[in-house]
Amino acid sequence: MARPSNKERKTSIMKQALELFSKEGFYSTTMPQIAKKVGMSVGNFYNYFNSKETLAKELIRYISGILGEEMRTINESKANYKDKIHAVVTMYFEMATKRPEMIQYFLRVYLSNREVFEDGCEGMVCVSDFVTEIMIFFEEGVRCGELRDQDFYSAFGLFMGYLGGMAFLNGEKILPHALKSYRDSIAMNIYNALRTYP
Amino acid sequence: MNIIWLQGVTCNGNTHSFLNHPHLATLLDHFTLIHHPVLPCAHTLRAVMEKDLPCDILIIEGAIQDNLNRADHDVLGRIIHYAAKANHIIAAGTCASFGGIHRQIDPEHIGGLVFQGDESSGPLMAYRDKIINLPGCPIHPEWLANVLLSLRENRTPKTDALLRPLSLYAYLVHNGCLRNEYFEWKVDAKHFGTKEGCLYYEQGCQAPYTHGSCNKILWNGVSSKTRAGTPCLGCTEPTFPKRNLFETLTHMSIPATMPEGIPKRTYLTVSGVAKSFHIKRLESPLIPKKSDA
Repeated sequence: MARPSNKERKTSIMKQALELFSKEGFYSTTMPQIAKKVGMSVGNFYNYFNSKETLAKELIRYISGILGEEMRTINESKANYKDKIHAVVTMYFEMATKRPEMIQYFLRVYLSNREVFEDGCEGMVCVSDFVTEIMIFFEEGVRCGELRDQDFYSAFGLFMGYLGGMAFLNGEKILPHALKSYRDSIAMNIYNALRTYP
Repeated sequence: MNIIWLQGVTCNGNTHSFLNHPHLATLLDHFTLIHHPVLPCAHTLRAVMEKDLPCDILIIEGAIQDNLNRADHDVLGRIIHYAAKANHIIAAGTCASFGGIHRQIDPEHIGGLVFQGDESSGPLMAYRDKIINLPGCPIHPEWLANVLLSLRENRTPKTDALLRPLSLYAYLVHNGCLRNEYFEWKVDAKHFGTKEGCLYYEQGCQAPYTHGSCNKILWNGVSSKTRAGTPCLGCTEPTFPKRNLFETLTHMSIPATMPEGIPKRTYLTVSGVAKSFHIKRLESPLIPKKSDA
């Protein structure tokens, strides 16, 4: 069997680290713990990431890249905005169900430990793949007349705050039903909140 | 070289702008003004209308309107007469070039020589090859002087698809703007008339997608709209005039018109990242107000 490439090793580390960070939090997770989970010596592990902060920043770029790619596919589809909003909710909830560590990392590490990201991940620097696609989603929605013009953050907060809140409640096992069962009603709520008035 | 300057529907703004050329007398020494509506010249308007006078360069100021009469003659008919004779035809200003402000009231009957907005049509289509458009509201006096002197040297300027000389209009008004540092770091001006801050995000500035060299060849040799703190109004474009010129049209806070040639995804990524860094030097006034001192 061929030895995994440097890039493959790095991705493998990131996947394992994501799980630990999203469950244990940033400060409770140690580099030796991650190395152990990956099956690597601590010394060798530092060849890939020279600090926990560097790894944390790389992880948020990785998540933003994956979410951004999903959003871009939705942006480039020919669907109307009612269907596009439904597609975003579906994508997000599937992500929160199948790869909960990605959404949990975003909520529990990136948003909760801002000090870790102060140097090098200011503002939208490390999440620009995702935020750029959200901007395009909203801008084109207004341009085609399906979404109501308003301040970007009013719409962004309503959309992402709502989805993040549901993913958080799901992660805390507070929701009585599976996350998926809320998909249609939430997509309709968001659409009704953002669409142009009849 | 003989110049005839005729007017269609106009506010005289291009004539008055040309009068501001700092070396007008020296410039005109190189030409014979057969007729000009304001400047001393060899012949009256009536003579131009009734006689067949020499004409190497025909300059048209103002939009063309059907059935416009002056000195008891149909203006368009006489323009066509001299267009056939002239070696070059210059549309001086946006109205002659594209229809401009005057076209707004009756787009069916008022327009440019060979463009109606950005659509290629008009009463001088038969003479399209001779036409040089010099849009601007008003025309920049130096741009007209530059073209006249080139023609005198038998150098016909290369033009873009809208017949604007590339040497003057290939650039964007954004090029040379003293506010580019604020554009780079996305620091907005909160009012027009201020010396600091970018005017693109809130004040309606169209310089990043307007063709012209206003910030390379300064007005009156000293200034430009953006230098004076006023947004570029996009007056050299066939889309001029738009509405709400002192407000940036946005969709969910994002400028509706991107800088020329920059894909939206690229622009939003770069600008979002730039905006994430707060450059203190630019965010507070470089020169404190008197009341803050």
